[in-house]
Amino acid sequence: MSVHSLNVKTGAEAALAQQFAALSPSEPRRAAFAAFERLGLPTRRDEAWHYTDLRARLTEVAALAPAPDAARLEAARAALDVLPRLGGMRLVLVDGRWAPVLCDAPPSGLTVVPTPDAPEPDEAVVALNIAFAEGALRIGLPPGESSVEIVHLDGPGAIFSRLEVFVPARARATVVERFEGATGETQRNAVTILGLGESARCDWTTLIADDAALHLETRRARLAGEAALNDFALISGGALVRRQLDVGHQAASAKIALSGLSLLDGTRHADTTLTLRHAAPLGQSREYFRHIVADAASGVYQGKVIVSPGAQKTDGAMKSQALLLSPTAQMNNKPELEIFADDVVCGHGATVGALDPQQIFYLLSRGIPQREAEAMLLEAFGAEAIERVADETVADALRERLRAWLKGRAA
Amino acid sequence: MLNVKNLSVSIHGQPILDGLNLTVKAGEVAAIMGPNGSGKSTLSYVIAGKPEYEVTGGEVWLDGENLLELAPDERAAKGVFLAFQYPVEIPGVATMTFLKAALNAQRRARGEADLTTPDFMRAVRGAAASLKVDPDMLKRPVNVGFSGGEKKRVEILQMALLQPRLCVLDETDSGLDIDALRIVSEGVNALRDAGRAFLVITHYQRLLDHIKPDVVHVMSKGRIVKTGGPELALELEKNGYRDYSEAAA
Ligand SMILES: Nc1ncnc2c1ncn2[C@@H]1O[C@H](COP(=O)(O)OP(=O)(O)OP(=O)(O)O)[C@@H](O)[C@H]1O
Ligand SMILES: [Mg+2]
Repeated sequence: MSVHSLNVKTGAEAALAQQFAALSPSEPRRAAFAAFERLGLPTRRDEAWHYTDLRARLTEVAALAPAPDAARLEAARAALDVLPRLGGMRLVLVDGRWAPVLCDAPPSGLTVVPTPDAPEPDEAVVALNIAFAEGALRIGLPPGESSVEIVHLDGPGAIFSRLEVFVPARARATVVERFEGATGETQRNAVTILGLGESARCDWTTLIADDAALHLETRRARLAGEAALNDFALISGGALVRRQLDVGHQAASAKIALSGLSLLDGTRHADTTLTLRHAAPLGQSREYFRHIVADAASGVYQGKVIVSPGAQKTDGAMKSQALLLSPTAQMNNKPELEIFADDVVCGHGATVGALDPQQIFYLLSRGIPQREAEAMLLEAFGAEAIERVADETVADALRERLRAWLKGRAA
Repeated sequence: MLNVKNLSVSIHGQPILDGLNLTVKAGEVAAIMGPNGSGKSTLSYVIAGKPEYEVTGGEVWLDGENLLELAPDERAAKGVFLAFQYPVEIPGVATMTFLKAALNAQRRARGEADLTTPDFMRAVRGAAASLKVDPDMLKRPVNVGFSGGEKKRVEILQMALLQPRLCVLDETDSGLDIDALRIVSEGVNALRDAGRAFLVITHYQRLLDHIKPDVVHVMSKGRIVKTGGPELALELEKNGYRDYSEAAA
């Protein structure tokens, strides 16, 4: 037999085909599914998926979550009522669908409209998103200052959502995006396409604190000249989490900061894979990721910074640091630079280590028990990543999550 | 109070302490002097419970407690305190947070309630004032960017706050200027008490001018090779250790 195994559909791929056949989708969605079928689920042979073999890991496909009915929306409202706010205008998606009845009235200048438009299905996870999501939600942020909280409130089932967000020239936007409500029966595929106009600034903080069986998140961001993006993600929940970011600038002097903190325990797995494209001169990029990996959990960081021939005077620095708390915890840390311009300053550092025994002993010698001593050092380690978050209310909420996670571990 | 019996300790298979015997009584200040590398810090670490040392023989008792059977934090709760020769920097942990965690952990271990924040603040401010430590410094991360002398002062501040029964001071005088030496010594003397014992490791008589020892022990090659009164320190200052290096061999 010489049949290449990739030519045989896995159970999950077959199930996806069946699910799709039962829909009556638009032409672009059909094209996207056809693209997915050509690509198949990504495997470790795909460089970008080397440490997260989705094809092998995705053994069962959840049924598509139905559009929320009145009862579901009421339950969602109750859940939202007890969710402390972390931003200004609250925008809610329930099971992947925009739920205008649960949203705040948008402030003037802010627009939210559904759109059937879709990006090129150039990658399997994005192709699946286009095929299954019922269009995208287009959010136009207003000029001037704005603050938006996007809540994804998800129940069981396969959930697809796509956002297209644009921050106009010179505007300053603070966005908090939270994934809430998911359980071991949730498989999520969320795509965000973000555009920043000239001299716009966006602080975007993502919180993944619920416990989806599968959390696939794709972020594409393009910056105009002198725009600034400060993106942070806290991953403290989810059995299998994959965040893939593709961020770049086509015009000069953009500033890009991508950072995050992953808190992993049990057998959880979180993969952050990013590509940063400097395609114009004078760009600045800072990646700063920290990972705490306990038990038999595993973390992945792959960061690739590409500096195109025209991107002179690029200033890039990438750092990814992991602490392993047990002999069975794993971290794959892979920073990469691809530099095709000669006048650039780019550096990277990646470390994987353990807590410092000298520091632990010092704390113990003062009577602080082992678990508490570890928690103090871990909180300090995580807090240093959270420092990248500009909004103090959001940063406080992140620190609170970090403490809660550490406490849960100690219990 | 402290009873070290025939203690032998190795690190990475290399013997450092070799059948060491030492008794320190309640209310006593005992000084230990000895050449570099003779094992003074090792002894202090083993009393405090540092894990990388392997105890190959002997016992360490604090009153009725077999210290070698206790974890370092349990020893601290029983009243053991080590002022480190090289205090450890802990980035990201504010000194105040650390002090409060230590104090309350020890109280909990003894079945006492946590201190209220105002009571804690009062205690810290008092200790800081008597040791002339700027309270603003305590907002900074533990020992990070502290000068050598500041680190030593904050060690003694911790000791004053935690009120241990057995205080082991490992070269607390090194790095202190003349005024700081006096302030720190006064801090130590203020803690002298019939229920408390001190083991003061030093190379210099000048500390013992301020903290007057009851007993002076000379350590060489992992053993106590001579014990005497305060005059022994003066004699060492004059003659050095040459008489004792042979004694241990
Ligand atoms: N962690 C360690 N690893 C390797 N060797 C060690 C370690 N700790 C101590 N030693 C060795 O043990 C011996 C005793 O060291 P120790 O620090 O106890 O001496 P000391 O009497 O305190 O010296 P000093 O007066 O210089 O402070 C030295 O030879 C030292 O190199
Ligand atoms: Mg020493």
